[in-house]
Amino acid sequence: MRDWFPALLALALGSRPAPRTLTVFAAASLQESFTALGDSLEHARPGLRVTFNFAGSQTLALQIAQGAPADVFASADDRWMTTLKDSGFVAGTPRVFAHNQLVVIVPASNPGKVTGLADLGRGGLKLVLAADQVPAGRYARTVFANLGRTPGFPPDFAARVAANVVSNEENVKAVLTKVRLGEADGGVVYGSDVTPAVAADVRTIGIPPAANVIADYPIAVLTHAPDADDARAFVALVLSSTGQRVLAARGFTTVGH
Amino acid sequence: MPSRTRPGVWGWRLAVATGVACFLTLVGLPLVALVVRVPPGELIRRAASEPVLQALRLSLVTSVSATAVVALIGLPVAYLLATQEFPGRRVLETLVEMPMVIPPTVAGVGLLLAFGRAGLAGSALRAVGLSIPFTTLAVVIAEAFVALPFFVTAATAGLREVEPRYREAAATLGATPPYAFRRVLLPLALPSLAAGAVMTWARALGEFGATITFAGNLPGRTQTLPLAVYVALQSDVEAAVALSVILLIFSFTLLLTFRSLTAARALGPRAHRSRP
Repeated sequence: MRDWFPALLALALGSRPAPRTLTVFAAASLQESFTALGDSLEHARPGLRVTFNFAGSQTLALQIAQGAPADVFASADDRWMTTLKDSGFVAGTPRVFAHNQLVVIVPASNPGKVTGLADLGRGGLKLVLAADQVPAGRYARTVFANLGRTPGFPPDFAARVAANVVSNEENVKAVLTKVRLGEADGGVVYGSDVTPAVAADVRTIGIPPAANVIADYPIAVLTHAPDADDARAFVALVLSSTGQRVLAARGFTTVGH
Repeated sequence: MPSRTRPGVWGWRLAVATGVACFLTLVGLPLVALVVRVPPGELIRRAASEPVLQALRLSLVTSVSATAVVALIGLPVAYLLATQEFPGRRVLETLVEMPMVIPPTVAGVGLLLAFGRAGLAGSALRAVGLSIPFTTLAVVIAEAFVALPFFVTAATAGLREVEPRYREAAATLGATPPYAFRRVLLPLALPSLAAGAVMTWARALGEFGATITFAGNLPGRTQTLPLAVYVALQSDVEAAVALSVILLIFSFTLLLTFRSLTAARALGPRAHRSRP
């Protein structure tokens, strides 16, 4: 009586690939490039929907450790990837897929009249950094400590800058927002954060390579990935020449795998 | 017919008991989960640490200030809504409820765009030497924005409940509207105003999203206890849970005290009157 049912089922499954969802947890700084890569993976794999959770790496690591159903984790530093790897949440070895450098940004209107890095130590300036716990925030503080040892900067440069910090933001995009809106006189973000859409609102001040921090971005498939097959495909795409081109176009330094 | 009413009664009781049990699970269990996670010794050690005390002090100062601000600007609005019929009243009532609906982060962005340096009112504020974002004042404004509906809603209902004939009697006896408000309306509506103020204060104490967006996050200046919890959660879950429990115990004790006090006041005169 129900002979038609398996046949129908087979037809349904065979004629159209079953819809699947790949969930990627990625550092906030990867938003533009990963969204683009997600779109191309959806094109290449019919029936696949790629969803993203962009936030600070530390927040993502915490959510994964608390059992969030993620397939892929891409972190803005080794620390949070290692934390997850050590507690058994990462399948295989994480691969570094990009590097990023820090830049100082000021609003286009430049209310603080910041023309060089040394100005950041001037009293009364309103600076916004990512919090200490956020990779971008930790790197920024390292950069200011490095600059303090650089000729042309006062030895207490880091302390002077710290005194000007009016907010420790939860992620690097929040730093960007407050500078874009002209509420902060300056902030420190990744070079990749200054996208074409943002470039009109801010002025970028480069940091000398000797004092700058190069951030490593590792990516890995997670142990409890509900969709491990698509997860591996996404990681492969990020590491492929296509993925590296997309990342390079967004201001990342790519890796030669 | 007892044979028919009895099952009905039991069914009713079962429905109530199920609802209460679900409530206790939904609201009680997460709170219990937080509390049992932290050993008492650890809690005391953390609560006595300077960064926590600093955040707690800031939370207390800003939430009380926000409640005062809300009472000051909310009372005229509630009075207008409770006593007057005018075009646009529904719009005003809906506007009062808006801060409850808007996600707090969006409220924070709105506050930045309105009262930020580069905001709509930015140049006017600069003219009087004010730069609000990233200050303790910004925390108070963010908390007031988000908590205002709780006071205005309760105060409007309270003022509306005062029998119109009392107001009319006061007017007949020659009382001016301000005098009638102060001597008749305000005392009679006081329990509702107090209840509204307590809810406002509680909401302000727990405020997070609008605060971090509008006021930023700096220990001692804008980092209230909820912000400290969030920051701790980024690196040290145990510390975050301990801070949450401190906030929880603190607010539960204060809310319970307020409730007991208002209950005692409400019952007091009635108990007195019923005496032979």
